[in-house]
Amino acid sequence: MNRQSQAAVLFLLGAALLHAGTTDLYLRYVKAGLQPLLLASGAVLIVAALATAWYEWRRGRKGHGEAPDEGHGEKHSHPEPRISWLLVLPLLALILVAPPALGSYSATRTGTALQEPLAYPALPATDPLPLGLVDYAGRAVYDHGRTLEGRRVRLTGFIALDHDGTPYLVRMALNCCAADAQPVKVALTGAIPPVLQPDTWLTVTGTYTPRRTRDPVNNGPIPYLKITSAAPTPEPRDPYDESYNN
Amino acid sequence: MAITKAAPRDGDTHADAAAPAPDEEPRRLTSPLALTLLLLLLVLLQSPIRRALSAPVMQSWTTVFVAVVIQALPFLVLGVLLSAAIAVYVPPSFFARALPSRPALAVPVAGMAGAVLPGCECASVPVAGALVRRGVTPAAALAFLLSAPAINPIVLTATAVAFPRNPEMVLGRFVASLLVACAMGWLWQRVGRTDWMRPPAHAHHEGQTKGAAFWDSVRHDVMHAGGFLVVGAMAAATLKAVAPESWLRTAAGNPVVAVLALALLAVILSICSEADAFVAASLTQFSLTARLAFLVVGPMIDLKLFAMQAGTFGRAFALRFAPMTFVLAIASAVLTGAVLL
Repeated sequence: MNRQSQAAVLFLLGAALLHAGTTDLYLRYVKAGLQPLLLASGAVLIVAALATAWYEWRRGRKGHGEAPDEGHGEKHSHPEPRISWLLVLPLLALILVAPPALGSYSATRTGTALQEPLAYPALPATDPLPLGLVDYAGRAVYDHGRTLEGRRVRLTGFIALDHDGTPYLVRMALNCCAADAQPVKVALTGAIPPVLQPDTWLTVTGTYTPRRTRDPVNNGPIPYLKITSAAPTPEPRDPYDESYNN
Repeated sequence: MAITKAAPRDGDTHADAAAPAPDEEPRRLTSPLALTLLLLLLVLLQSPIRRALSAPVMQSWTTVFVAVVIQALPFLVLGVLLSAAIAVYVPPSFFARALPSRPALAVPVAGMAGAVLPGCECASVPVAGALVRRGVTPAAALAFLLSAPAINPIVLTATAVAFPRNPEMVLGRFVASLLVACAMGWLWQRVGRTDWMRPPAHAHHEGQTKGAAFWDSVRHDVMHAGGFLVVGAMAAATLKAVAPESWLRTAAGNPVVAVLALALLAVILSICSEADAFVAASLTQFSLTARLAFLVVGPMIDLKLFAMQAGTFGRAFALRFAPMTFVLAIASAVLTGAVLL
C-alpha cells in the first residue's frame, strides 16, 4: 500500500471514529466515557491523513526525478504494506454493517455477573419506581429485598431464552467495551407475556419476590420478579448497564 | 460473484509485486486503485454481506471485533503520538541521562517509569518500540513495555473499585506485575540476543523537517500496529463468540487448574487492562490467586498484544518473549498470591 492509499485509509478510519462518536453508534461497542477520546483520536487520524497527503504532494512537486526514492522507502517498511490492508475490515464492519449491541446470544452463553453492591441508597417514593435492572438484582439477592418490600418497580431489559425456554430479562453490564460485557439476569414469574421473542426490549412492572434460582452456566444467583404488566419498548440509547463505572 | 470477489485480491498482489520493482511501468493495478475497487465492491455487496453476518454467532463476533478495535484505537493513537514525539523531538542523550547507565539498574527504573503512562497495553507497544529506536537498552524498554499497562494509576484505581473488599488485590497486582517486568528485563539482558529482536524498522528521517518526520512516524505506526491490532481483535472475537464459558466451572474446582485456566482466559479474551479487573471480580467461583494471575497475565500478553509485538519487534522475538512472559507472570502471581492473599 503506498502513501496515498494509506492517507485514504487513515482518513476513512478517522471519519468512521468521528461518525461513531458523534452519533450514539459508539454506545453499542464501548462505554460512554470513551467518547471524548474517540473524537480526539478520530481528529488526529484525519490530521495525519491530511499531513501525509500534503507532504506527499510537496515531495511530488519538489522533483519528478525523485520517484525511485519512493520505492526505496517502501522497501524499508517491510510487512507494513500488506498488514495495513486489514484496517479496511473494521471500516467495513462499522460503516456498512454496524452490528447491534450484544444480545441474547451472548447472554445465554455467559453466566450472570451480579456482584454484591457496596450500599443500598434509599429509593425515591415514586410509584411505580423506575429502577436499573442491575440495581434491582443486587438489592433482591444481597439485601434480601429489604428496600423493595411493598414497592412496584419498573425494569427495562431484553429477553433471553435459556436452552430449556426459561425467559430472563437481561441487561449486559459493561466496563470498557463489549468484549468485557457480561449479563445480569432477572427471572420472570407472574403475568409473563405469552409470546416472548429473544432480543426484544421490554419494560416490565412488577413486585419483589423472595424466590431465587441459579444460573445454569456459572451457578450465579438470579432473583425473580413477579410481573404485573409488560410492554415492548425501543432499545435504550445506551443498551448497556454502566453502573460499575460510576 | 466469486469472480468479482477475486478482483481486488488480485490487485492487491499485483500492487505488492510491483513495489520491489518501481522501475516498471506503473500501468498495473496500483494500491490506490485497488483500494478504490475494494471499497466500491464492498459497498455494492453490502446487502449480501449483511445477510451473511445476520446469524447470532456472526453478529456477536462482529460486535466484539468492532468493540475491541474501537476501544483500542484511541489508546493506540495516544501511544503512536507519544512514540512519534519521542522519535522526533526527544534527543537520545535525554535517555542516556535519565536512565542509570548500568542496564541492571535501568531495568527497575524503567519498570517503575511505566507507572506514568496512563493507558492500556495498546499504547505501550509503539512507545517501547520508539524507546529501543532511541537507543534505550532493550532490557529496560521491555520492562517498561510490560509494566506500563499493569501498574499505572488508572488501572490500579479500577482494580481497587472492582475489588472493594480485597484492597490487597491492588498491592498484589502492583507487586506481581513489577516483579515480572523486572525479571523479564534482567532475563533479556542475560540471555537475550540482539538478532532475535528485529530493530523496529522505520523510514529514515534525514532530510525531512521535524513536522514531516513526526507525521510520517504517526502514519507508519498507525498503519502498522493498527493492522496487527485487527489480527488480534479477530482472534479475540472468534474465541469469545465460539468458546463456551461452561468449561470454566469445572476448572474452578482444582486450584492449579484454576490458575492456568484464568491465565489462559486472560490471553484469549484480550481485554483492555483498564477493564480486566471488573471481569476478574465477576469470576467469583475462582480463588483470589487465580484471579490475580488473570490480572497479571492479561496486560502483559494476550492475542492482540502478541500480534502487535510480532509486528513491532519481529516474529522471532515475539515467539520467545511471549511464552516466557506467560510462564513468569503465572509464577509471579502465584508467589505474590501465596504471600499476600
